[in-house]
Amino acid sequence: MKPSAPVRLNAALAWVLLVFLVAPALVAIPVSLTPERFLSFPSGELSLRHYEKLFGSPEWMSSFWQSAVIGTASTALATAIGTLCAIGLWRVSSKAGEMVRAVLLLPLVIPPIIAAMAFYRLFVPLGLIDSYPGLILAHTVLSAPLVLITVSASLAGFDARLEQASRNLGASNWTTMRRVILPGIRPGVLAGAVFAFISSWDEIVVTLFLSKFTVYTLPRRMWNGIRENTDPTVAAAAVVLMAVTLAAFAIWVLAQRQGRSTHQETASER
Amino acid sequence: MIAPARPALNPGWILVLPFLLLVGALFIGPIFNVLWISVTDPEPGLGNYTALFTSGSLVKILWTTLRVCVICTVISVILGYCIAYAMVHAAEAKRNKMLSLLLVSFWISVLVRTFSWLMLLGRNGVVNNGLEALGIISAPIGFMRNELGVLIGMVHYMVPYAVLPILASMQSIDGRVVQASRSLGATGAQTFWRVYLPLTRAGVVAAALLVFIINLGFYVIPAVLGGGKVLMVAEYISVQVLVTLQWGTAAMLAALILFGVLALLFLMSRFMKLGTVFGGAKA
Repeated sequence: MKPSAPVRLNAALAWVLLVFLVAPALVAIPVSLTPERFLSFPSGELSLRHYEKLFGSPEWMSSFWQSAVIGTASTALATAIGTLCAIGLWRVSSKAGEMVRAVLLLPLVIPPIIAAMAFYRLFVPLGLIDSYPGLILAHTVLSAPLVLITVSASLAGFDARLEQASRNLGASNWTTMRRVILPGIRPGVLAGAVFAFISSWDEIVVTLFLSKFTVYTLPRRMWNGIRENTDPTVAAAAVVLMAVTLAAFAIWVLAQRQGRSTHQETASER
Repeated sequence: MIAPARPALNPGWILVLPFLLLVGALFIGPIFNVLWISVTDPEPGLGNYTALFTSGSLVKILWTTLRVCVICTVISVILGYCIAYAMVHAAEAKRNKMLSLLLVSFWISVLVRTFSWLMLLGRNGVVNNGLEALGIISAPIGFMRNELGVLIGMVHYMVPYAVLPILASMQSIDGRVVQASRSLGATGAQTFWRVYLPLTRAGVVAAALLVFIINLGFYVIPAVLGGGKVLMVAEYISVQVLVTLQWGTAAMLAALILFGVLALLFLMSRFMKLGTVFGGAKA
């Protein structure tokens, strides 16, 4: 049956909307290639001078480095505690467990501005303002719920009898976890790690409150650039920021595909 | 007499503990501290809250926030519904393409988007220059430093969040129900309004609540695109904390948003599991 006219019209509208969702973000690309010294669209000639300036600037480079360190450290922590917690809640699988899960997801839904106030008040007396440990801990709290969600989704499709079989065959708790459960939920762990990294890499609101001089992440420096709104180096930084996010996203897509194909092998019905 | 053995605590809790301790110590505890500040700073009592009835500026900020949030939510949900509907009715290859566009937009940094909107919507931005070149307008439209610009930026950010819960609810509809409606003689429009739309109600409500919750505390886009002219709660809080150091007022506003968000979350949990909303990103 051919789809009716309204359905086809709606499909066309949906494509327009999807392009509207993605296209504006790409504006940073032409702006970053302008040969001028001010924010503008290139008219004719393109130039890489703003990238040269970006990669030649000690300030921008140190911000990249700091964002990478904070993103990697908080991702490692968040992935570890988020995965353990998801496995724990999966084993507990009780009403109390589901209530605890709801509490642990709160950092995702409580507005970052409130989280920023809370962290700030806690970190001032502890001397953690403007420090790596402070930002890493804050980003860990904010991103671990993403790991909890993705790993829990993987566990929902994991056959609990495999765990029982492993234990019945005499494997210890630790061996079962390492050799049976973790390989089974690898796509979820990887997806969680990717999401955790992107969320830390992009994070600005909490960072605005917790960083002053010594720790100055890439979004923090971009924020200043956007507020001043004169220097095209910001456009180059935006392109690089976006490229890293999209690279992480591509890793996730590939991992999903791989996960799906192994899934199909296991369910060898066809 | 031997006491009956108490059921041993499930060993799974040990694995939950590190995350729970971290969230308790670094997040829940400090948020209670913020609530405490709201009734103790500068002096004990409800003074910060009663200021809501006496201070015109506070009322104005809350009103602006609510108005922008409601408008943004309505537009985002309608656009999101349109996209989700097209996705459900598209062939699989097309649907996957649409989903990747949606997810790419979902993950693009809010700072990058904000920067792009500055370039597009400014007085000499692409949109104004384009419209002038086409002869549609004679003077530039003021998109920035007003609610129009803030709304464009916020809707652009929120649409993917609206699509995911609606998509989840559409995917769970039994296609035979729609066929039954058509074979009983209903027109396409009747089937949509009387059968399809009511079946997706849970998804629409969940999407609206989710978008509204995120909007309530939105900081970056209103602060930059509003340019100080569209003052919403989150920006006001940051000024109170970082510039004027009035923690009491800031904490009171944070408490208001917090209770609003928690109430809406409770409402949302009755329509859809929280996990499903975010799980949609994995579809």
